[in-house]
Amino acid sequence: MNKIKEKYKEVKGKYDVIIIGAGLVGSIIARWLSKYNLNILLIDKEPDVGTGTSKANTAIIHAGYDSPFGTLRGKLVVDGNRMFYQMCEELDVAYKTCGTYVVALTDEDIKTLEKLMENGRKKGVPGLEIISGEEMRHREPYINPDVKGALYAPTGGIGDPFMLTVAAAENAVMNGTKLLLETKALDFVVEPFSLHKKKVSGVVTNHGTFLADVTIASAGLYCDELMEKLDIKYDFYVRARKGEYYVFDKAKKLQVKTVLFPCPTPVTKGVLVTITIHGNMILGPTAKEIKDKEDTSVTPEGLEELYKGAKRLVPKLELTDVIRTFAGLRAGGFLHDFIIEAPPKYWGFINLAGIESPGMASSPAIAEYVVNLVQEQGLELKKKNNWNPIRKSRPDFSELSLEEQGWLIEKNPLYGRIVCRCETVTEGEIVAEIHAPVPAHTYDAIKRRTWLGTGRCQGSFDTPRVIEILSRELGIPPTDVIKESKGSYFLTRPTKEVPKGELND
Amino acid sequence: MIEKYCDVAVIGSGPAGLAAAIAAKKAGAQDVIIIERDTELGGILLQCIHNGFGIEIFEEDLTGPEYANRFIVQAKDAGVKDLLDTMVLDLTPRREIYAFNKRDGMIKLDTGAVVLTMGCRERPSGALAIPGYRPAGIYTAGTAQRLVNIEGYMPGERFVILGSGDIGMIMARRLTFEGAKVERMIEILPYISGLKRNYVQCLLDYDIPLQLKHTVIDIKGRDRVEAVVSAQVDENWKPIPGTEDTIPCDTLLLSVGLIPENELSKKAGVELDPLTGGPYVDDTMQTNVPGIFAAGNVVHVYDVVDWVTKAGFVAGQHSGKYAIQHKKESERKLRVIAGNNVHHVLPQFLDPQNLEKEPQELQLRVKWPVEDRVWVKVEVDGKLIKQQVEKYVRPSEMIKVILSPEVHKKAVGGRELLIKVEER
Repeated sequence: MNKIKEKYKEVKGKYDVIIIGAGLVGSIIARWLSKYNLNILLIDKEPDVGTGTSKANTAIIHAGYDSPFGTLRGKLVVDGNRMFYQMCEELDVAYKTCGTYVVALTDEDIKTLEKLMENGRKKGVPGLEIISGEEMRHREPYINPDVKGALYAPTGGIGDPFMLTVAAAENAVMNGTKLLLETKALDFVVEPFSLHKKKVSGVVTNHGTFLADVTIASAGLYCDELMEKLDIKYDFYVRARKGEYYVFDKAKKLQVKTVLFPCPTPVTKGVLVTITIHGNMILGPTAKEIKDKEDTSVTPEGLEELYKGAKRLVPKLELTDVIRTFAGLRAGGFLHDFIIEAPPKYWGFINLAGIESPGMASSPAIAEYVVNLVQEQGLELKKKNNWNPIRKSRPDFSELSLEEQGWLIEKNPLYGRIVCRCETVTEGEIVAEIHAPVPAHTYDAIKRRTWLGTGRCQGSFDTPRVIEILSRELGIPPTDVIKESKGSYFLTRPTKEVPKGELND
Repeated sequence: MIEKYCDVAVIGSGPAGLAAAIAAKKAGAQDVIIIERDTELGGILLQCIHNGFGIEIFEEDLTGPEYANRFIVQAKDAGVKDLLDTMVLDLTPRREIYAFNKRDGMIKLDTGAVVLTMGCRERPSGALAIPGYRPAGIYTAGTAQRLVNIEGYMPGERFVILGSGDIGMIMARRLTFEGAKVERMIEILPYISGLKRNYVQCLLDYDIPLQLKHTVIDIKGRDRVEAVVSAQVDENWKPIPGTEDTIPCDTLLLSVGLIPENELSKKAGVELDPLTGGPYVDDTMQTNVPGIFAAGNVVHVYDVVDWVTKAGFVAGQHSGKYAIQHKKESERKLRVIAGNNVHHVLPQFLDPQNLEKEPQELQLRVKWPVEDRVWVKVEVDGKLIKQQVEKYVRPSEMIKVILSPEVHKKAVGGRELLIKVEER
């Protein structure tokens, strides 16, 4: 009891709903809940939204033919896909409706395709079709000439998971949600409730305690750490599953136009050859379970595996045009299903765990599912009449016509200064992101939003200029500007100053 | 949108651009404009505050900004105009330039001739596929140079430098001056890729260890670089197990090569030589697109700035003439071919008529070093027309061969001019 009082001491605010984790799923839940007369707090431990799984994945909008019939994710992906494109339109986030292909290279593979198609049809995935090898070669000229056929899913596509996270969080903020970054959930406030239940009535963070009627944990890779605090156990474990990727220069000729999956194995969908929303071809991911949830290192073995895997789909592939490698972590659950529930021993708590692929395509359906659970936890939901579903993106200079570019510079001369020449990103765009409703206060936050530093020179040109702009706009010394996380500083000291520690010698 | 005409537009105001603009003016062009994306003229020279510039042209040992300033003054005196803080967005095959800046907004420039002098960029880290994390503290040597010399900030305190390019060696010394510790320079090749003089003056004089036949196989640290792991490589450049060495440091600098910057050239339909990464040029430095010339590091990467300036003079002079005369091109050009132990040679086309008028210079780089006397031989359709002896040849040091008008007779009517390096 004393402990609870201790926790109450530093109460910083009282909300109807607190959402822990501003990843893709958490942000979309916040946006969905912001339709209702609720006082919502969205927190994330990092300096930006979407820095976990949301920022580094394959970005596929799954059609939903592969996740098994009868599972929660099998259902939510089909529902989510149906709602997905409208959500992107409302939030002004790019997507490509290019369809996806599962490529069969052997007769055995064709049988797998048939099974996948049957599974998809049972779940109501529209438009599934097995096309001939010849047709596949026609649609993707660089495909392995031995292709026997492919399962075409016209509702599949490519999304922009990171910008979707930003846009959803911004739309939630526009509609009254409070967003707190660098705010880590350390513990819960738990009170007695009934004979069989306790009540979760808030979250203890590094910035004080926040109380809420309903607390939603959407912590991605860290869901197990939160579950441990509440002693919630499932018959599965959450492990980080590492996926490594190769990114290619988009100026090169050898390009695929769509999403190519190999035939799946029980563990993974295999190494894809696909493109990003920005037009870069990418290979990935590998699928290796690891213990360390921050281990986004790229490994020689992983890269080798990617190359071998991708070569099977596109034999002409060469690595000479690779401009970057990266690794992302997804929450791999042993059960291979989403857990989205209000655990029976608590009142006022909703837990999301094991949201792995196809989390992005499922996300709008997940949000609706959570809205129902929130209602079941006793909150009366009344739709706001002034809820605004529309969030407009800020101008992307490189996408505008010469006339529009000229007009923009006239309006705001900052758009007349190029900071990243490879990707044509202007100072105006950077400053707009720094002061946006979900602000970009680090180099990587700006990079993810503007795509600056992702081209041929990989940031060599823009880095000094971005440091200067961040320092000026945030009113901090250049030595305090960081790349991503605390401690990822760029500069150590002004020149002509004595290095730290040497004065005492 | 502002629309203008100029006789010659020069894109980039580094040493090649300044020289080209001055020469274009001297050749009679009226309106010569330099377009520069930075706020001052001079290009990368402005951050090269070390000395060693101008020894050939001025017979003086100048710093980069001093060297630039000599030409900036000349350009201003000659009446060259500039568009600063201005980015070129597009260049068409008809030599129309679309550019913009804060003051004027969008600008369209019609031109009589264009000189491409955009220089080069550094090869980045992503292309190297070094495994490990991507923490803060990985910079190209040139970015570090800008941070220290222009912005006035240190990018780190303990450095490892991968690659032995000239900027890397210059920065090793510069960072040492500023109180940082340069732990080591690591080069995968069995020889340094920069100039010997920089090795002596920047590494040896400051006791900075150089490790040849080594590479970086891992980067440690999550937020900021904490260490890099080096390893020896075998003859196939593969790391040898058991030779790993963890070097604590907070910064990894990359000095792993320069690439001519030709994105804009491509937009104009300029064809690039895969060996140099720069445009194919003839002896007037004209590209395959009529009226578009190129000079300096945008064509191929030079060792010494004085030669860049000289190339700029050639391109500028001919661009000026082109703009006012629309000179007809000779149809009978010699194709210049890189033979044995020649990585690439410039120009790739030579007009025998020009050779008759004045000496023509060939510039080449070898593929591998030979630390002994070698023959450099020039042949036209298999006939030897010139040979010269070099005391040694190294990939880092460009070789010049001057063809005098006397060889014109041997070259006229030929199709291919082959240049090769043979051990004696």
